[in-house]
Amino acid sequence: MSSARRARDGARPPIRLLRNLSSKLAAIPMVLVGLGVFVGGTIWTIVHSFTDSRLLPRLNWVGFDQYERLWSTRRWLVSIENLAVYGIVSLVLTMCLGFFLAALLDRKIRFEDTFRTIFLYPFALSFIVTGLVWQWILNPDFGIQSVIRGLGFSGFNFDPLYNPDLVIIGLLIAGLWQGTGLIMVIMLAGLRGIDEDIWKATRVDGIPIWKTYIVVIIPMMKPVFVTALVLVTSGIVKLYDLVVAMTSGGPGISSEVPAKFVYDTLFTRQNLGQGFAASTMMLVTVAIILIPWAYMQYREKRQ
Amino acid sequence: MTAVTPRGAKPQKALSPRNIMLYGALVIFSLYYLLPLYVMIVTSLKDMAEIRVGNIFSAPVEITFQPWVKAWSQACTGINCDGLSRGFWNSVRILIPSLIISVSVAALTGYVLACWRFKGSEVFFGILLLGAFIPYQVLLYPLVIILRELGLFGSLWGLVLVHTVFAMPINVLLFRNYFVALPEELFKAARVDGAGFWGIFFRIVIPMSLPIFVVSGIIQVTGIWNDFLFGVVYTRPENYPMTVQLNNIVNSVQGVKEYNVNMAATLLTGLVPLVVYFFSGKLFIRGIAAGAVKG
Amino acid sequence: MTHSISIKDLTLSFGAVTVLEDLNLDVGQGEFLVLLGSSGCGKSTLLNCIAGLLDITDGEIHIQGKNVTWEEPSKRGIGMVFQSYALYPQMTVEGNLAFGLKNARVPKAEIATRIARAADVLQIEPLLKRKPAALSGGQRQRVAIGRALVRDVDVFLFDEPLSNLDAKLRANLRVEIKRLHHTLKNTMIYVTHDQVEAMTLADRIAIMRDGQIMQLAPPAEIYNRPVNKYVAGFIGSPAMNLIPGQLDAADQQFDTGLGMSISVQGYEFTSAPITGPVWLGLRPEHVLSGQMAQTQPVQLDAYVDMVEPMGSDTQVWAKIGKQELRFRMDGQAEVAIGDTVPIGFDPARLSLFDKKSEARL
Repeated sequence: MSSARRARDGARPPIRLLRNLSSKLAAIPMVLVGLGVFVGGTIWTIVHSFTDSRLLPRLNWVGFDQYERLWSTRRWLVSIENLAVYGIVSLVLTMCLGFFLAALLDRKIRFEDTFRTIFLYPFALSFIVTGLVWQWILNPDFGIQSVIRGLGFSGFNFDPLYNPDLVIIGLLIAGLWQGTGLIMVIMLAGLRGIDEDIWKATRVDGIPIWKTYIVVIIPMMKPVFVTALVLVTSGIVKLYDLVVAMTSGGPGISSEVPAKFVYDTLFTRQNLGQGFAASTMMLVTVAIILIPWAYMQYREKRQ
Repeated sequence: MTAVTPRGAKPQKALSPRNIMLYGALVIFSLYYLLPLYVMIVTSLKDMAEIRVGNIFSAPVEITFQPWVKAWSQACTGINCDGLSRGFWNSVRILIPSLIISVSVAALTGYVLACWRFKGSEVFFGILLLGAFIPYQVLLYPLVIILRELGLFGSLWGLVLVHTVFAMPINVLLFRNYFVALPEELFKAARVDGAGFWGIFFRIVIPMSLPIFVVSGIIQVTGIWNDFLFGVVYTRPENYPMTVQLNNIVNSVQGVKEYNVNMAATLLTGLVPLVVYFFSGKLFIRGIAAGAVKG
Repeated sequence: MTHSISIKDLTLSFGAVTVLEDLNLDVGQGEFLVLLGSSGCGKSTLLNCIAGLLDITDGEIHIQGKNVTWEEPSKRGIGMVFQSYALYPQMTVEGNLAFGLKNARVPKAEIATRIARAADVLQIEPLLKRKPAALSGGQRQRVAIGRALVRDVDVFLFDEPLSNLDAKLRANLRVEIKRLHHTLKNTMIYVTHDQVEAMTLADRIAIMRDGQIMQLAPPAEIYNRPVNKYVAGFIGSPAMNLIPGQLDAADQQFDTGLGMSISVQGYEFTSAPITGPVWLGLRPEHVLSGQMAQTQPVQLDAYVDMVEPMGSDTQVWAKIGKQELRFRMDGQAEVAIGDTVPIGFDPARLSLFDKKSEARL
């Protein structure tokens, strides 16, 4: 307890501000980070996205100019399209694969720990490491393409990192490799949270296993799916390191993503206003996804 | 983490069609997940001549550790040629203070939120949690300004601060939820026994919370070690962490590509989080599950 | 004489929700007071306010004549025992007992003496070096009481201390607590939802509901003369029969309108008798049956609906006219569904409550 509290008279109420003083002092970092960095920084960025800041931030208002220019920049449009394609495919595949693997592990198998360790270890690795390994495996001269050609299929073509149309597939292969383990673990925790009696009941009712999953288990796991969804989505928006390590946005600009666009615009092209507008758009995207989720959570809590 | 108790139908005979399908699927998926690790290892043990003529999946004919030595001490990043060792030590110098400070701050904040709420504390917590969902890109530049004002921009301490800031939402949540679940009466008993804010924290709460410190520590070690973006933005080249240095080595456009050195370097960089992962096992899973499934 | 604890106009609210309102309570020196009520009635909240674990909104709390309204819990001269024992898991029993004393900077030798004394009183010497995890529930609660004991304070607060124990242990520890009170003669405030604990332990019981004290009286009075319908229904097991009907003040006649009409002559009214709707309360154990019924001022015939033999006695669900009535018969009595049994009771043991205010008449 604070010394202020110790010193006072037990009969008189303490001064409001000094009540719980140590606790308030200990909360200062939280307040500074929350208000100073998160709220303050966000507002600062949004405000400066309406200026013509270039090398240095300055408050010279230009209205929505930065946004108009942003949406007529091909590189930005490509970034957004890539993120949408990568996002949707990766979301669907991560959820399906994650759930499938979790369901397999939940079938009373031997070596469960071993399999789980194998599926999850990539999650411990950084996107840089992930990107570089897969860059090597997908290398057309030495990797999968060359190995399969070596087996006699000389017409076999698989060089996603050098083909602008396929580069997203390359990113997806690596991204899924790194991230599905996490979703699997969350799904597995969800499956383990389901009452054993449910399984007994469906067996008594003679419902086949696959049908039990679809009709009974998955609906029961809705909160887990929502959590996984939010997690995967917020990860997708942050997609940056993987692209830098694997393709540097190439070939050409075919694998650019918004996060990389922002970084390049801010720090290499020194076009701050444009970078702020782009990052504000990222924030808007996240908000569009999160606000319904937050609303749902709030409503569930109230019930 | 939920207790690992097998569920579902009772095991059938070892070679039933069901089991063949089940284990077949598991093995095929395992190959996908294990393949890159295997390729990394075998490539890093071959010399370049063998790589050029051979197949990336084949085991090395002649094992050489030369690529590892080179990756550690001689590989070039474009600026200098003293290998990954510099990045490794930079990462260590970033990791240790970041780990200590971020975990301490998060634990203390979680303690305030769980045991010593005051008017408005929940609101600040809500704001802090929102921060977890703000894309880093939005805050990159404001943090540059903050660090510059504090005179920390480009220094290791600046990066330590950035790691502490971005670690706060998830770790505070983790600690808060753990502390809230401690019996409230214990806290009351300690107050009747005359322990105050710090006394209860150090004498009662911390000794009971070792697992959550380990979990938070694991999250932080892997997170900080694997960071790339903050390293690039907030440090000068001489302080670049290992991931940045690795990327510079592998993706440098100068010179002949030495794939074996690249893979040795990649493995070296992944080694720390892999060791943490394999040794922490269940606690790691508990950490990510707790971090993910918010309560 | 100063009261041991004196609470004046205590109000506690969280935002718009008022949990305790204008509560007044005086506890005498060495008194054993039980706060009894169902969950959510505010009894534990009141105890936490006395302990200083909750900051009150308004009012004053005095302990041993000293205003401690805003004093730290540790400086109020209280010891507290919790439902979940609340022993510090990482410390030994000895460490648990010493923790508060160390915080208060009591000299080491003194700590050792006090621990030895408490351990002797509670017979926990062999446990001193063990960790709480290695103790049984009963042992843990004994240590928790020990922790209050070593503080050498005048007031003990118990927050449902026996609720986590099984029935047999609960009965044993209940006796021990009573014996402890007899030996130490401290003031004790004891929160429980268990009426047996309340009846057996208390000098006085405060029955609480919705943050207010309904009745504060010795156990016998609460049992015999409940101040309102709520208290009447809360105390006693099986619960009191509460029968709605009309009271005629002039000829002291009570009529259910369902074929049961009795005289309440002999009932001691606390206020002037009224004519109008009332509740008539009759404890099942106050109904006599068979031969004994003939000795009673009021005699009726009951049609037996359902029988629950319990061994020592038999619970009978019966009807008088269309009015349901539950009563107790001797365990040896032979009674079957469909029988008609003569019953009788004394109006002096009845309770009458105003239908609207539910207060005792």
